[in-house]
Amino acid sequence: MGKVVVVTSGKGGVGKTTSTAALGAAVARTGKRVALVDFDVGLRNLDLIMGAERRVVFDLVNVIQGTAKLSQALIRDKRVETLFLLPASQTRDKDALTEEGVGEVIEKLSSVFDYVFCDSPAGIERGAQLAMRFADEAVIVTNPEVSSVRDSDRIIGLLDARTVKAERGEQIAKHVLVTRYDAARAARGEMLSIDDVLEILSTPLLGIIPESQDVLRASNLGSPVTLSDPTNSAARAYIDAAKRLEGEELPVVVPFERKGFLDRLLGRRAA
Amino acid sequence: MNLLDLFKRRGSAPVARERLQVLLAYERRNRSQPDLVSVLREEIMAVIARHVQIDQDYLQVSMDRGETMSTLEIDIQIPNKSARPLAMSA
Repeated sequence: MGKVVVVTSGKGGVGKTTSTAALGAAVARTGKRVALVDFDVGLRNLDLIMGAERRVVFDLVNVIQGTAKLSQALIRDKRVETLFLLPASQTRDKDALTEEGVGEVIEKLSSVFDYVFCDSPAGIERGAQLAMRFADEAVIVTNPEVSSVRDSDRIIGLLDARTVKAERGEQIAKHVLVTRYDAARAARGEMLSIDDVLEILSTPLLGIIPESQDVLRASNLGSPVTLSDPTNSAARAYIDAAKRLEGEELPVVVPFERKGFLDRLLGRRAA
Repeated sequence: MNLLDLFKRRGSAPVARERLQVLLAYERRNRSQPDLVSVLREEIMAVIARHVQIDQDYLQVSMDRGETMSTLEIDIQIPNKSARPLAMSA
């Protein structure tokens, strides 16, 4: 059975879809079979980030309602042949998903794939709860900013209460992925530091993705950043995070901003 | 404010951290309980309605949470003409 990983956050716009695409592609690049499932029914975007928006014929809702087979709805990536996408429906509403239906789809996927990444919608409503429902592990995408950290804390509470694993009395493995990290601003004490975020959420760190133009560029091109240019700093951070997700013990390096002479002179402290 | 203060100004991150720690400590404690303020509001409303006719809008319940102590503020306005006992107005 493959591993089911939910990518979630509570807050919108922190980088769930970007991270799902980047992590999934990074894992698939190593030869693992990976399925990415978009749970954002009505507001799908994973297809666009993956550059597969013109290839969507059937979607998750079609599969659940039995109007399409799972094999018909899965879209194979053109760059990495072990990477597949199951898009969300754009026309239905989120009530089209049922727990039984989602459970069946996830079970089928995890019997065929090594990894199933569930891209959660924002919020804590039904769609988000179904995305996490059958997960073995969770990646909590967090920006170093108060509202994002608060929502992450809320999501962590839900992961520990509302997942099948939690209800069975087992622990769901949780990892925090800090995105849009700006080393210069953190050094000036204007942004919550990595230590602050981890201390508050008391959840292990999967990786730190620096704020980067390359991420936006990758979205524009319709390619996960880990495929479009695997050498840039954001891509490297995602590739390392993917390795940690696979169990590799890799130390996390906090992006570092060299202090200027003036900073030293004025004794500004890093937060 | 002198010029030195400008240079010594510390970032806002420590404030953010402190606010989050206080807030989340509270939210985690109360995660499984229904919202205390709205429960209080409903029950207070029910007690008063037994004796005096008041409008929902005239009852304000608010909570100011501090680190060591919280203040519960209840503000009830009873309009004079409906302040008569219910039995008499019927």
